[in-house]
Amino acid sequence: MSAVLYVIGLGLMTCGVVLLLIAALGVWSLPSAVSRLHALTKADSAGLSLIALGAACVNGRLDALLALVLCAVLVALSGATMGHLIARSHVSEDEPE
Amino acid sequence: MILDLLALGTLVATLAALPRLILGPTAADRILAAQLAGTGTVATLIVLGTGEDTRGLFDTALVFAALSAVTGLAFVALRKARS
Repeated sequence: MSAVLYVIGLGLMTCGVVLLLIAALGVWSLPSAVSRLHALTKADSAGLSLIALGAACVNGRLDALLALVLCAVLVALSGATMGHLIARSHVSEDEPE
Repeated sequence: MILDLLALGTLVATLAALPRLILGPTAADRILAAQLAGTGTVATLIVLGTGEDTRGLFDTALVFAALSAVTGLAFVALRKARS
């Protein structure tokens, strides 16, 4: 059982790391600020949630699970809110008064 | 071994945001690069904490997550106050 959980956790963490690397590639190479923000926010919340889930599977203890869930929820909430706020302040700056 | 490689991957994702942080044409580019760097740091700490089986690194990751949330809020609030 724990070996199966270990393999599942490693797979989930690998998916999360790949998503983070895609986000980094997007932030590096996409043409405009809004498209870069788009690449960031998706991979941000999904990637870190996958990594935290995988770490909880590999670790398998309840106290570590609490810290990991708090971490993932905090980053997902703040990432979504910040993406919205940054995009709004960027767009309102571009508009002519 | 696999976890070491994964930690290296998250570290690369963190450092890849640095050129955008320095060059970024607008302020929004800079703050989103800083946000990616914060998330990458949290991910690196979680992967390292799993690899080393250290509970304390998860708590450190939690602190970094809270701090990076405050960074973005301060950016938007200061910008609104200045304009």
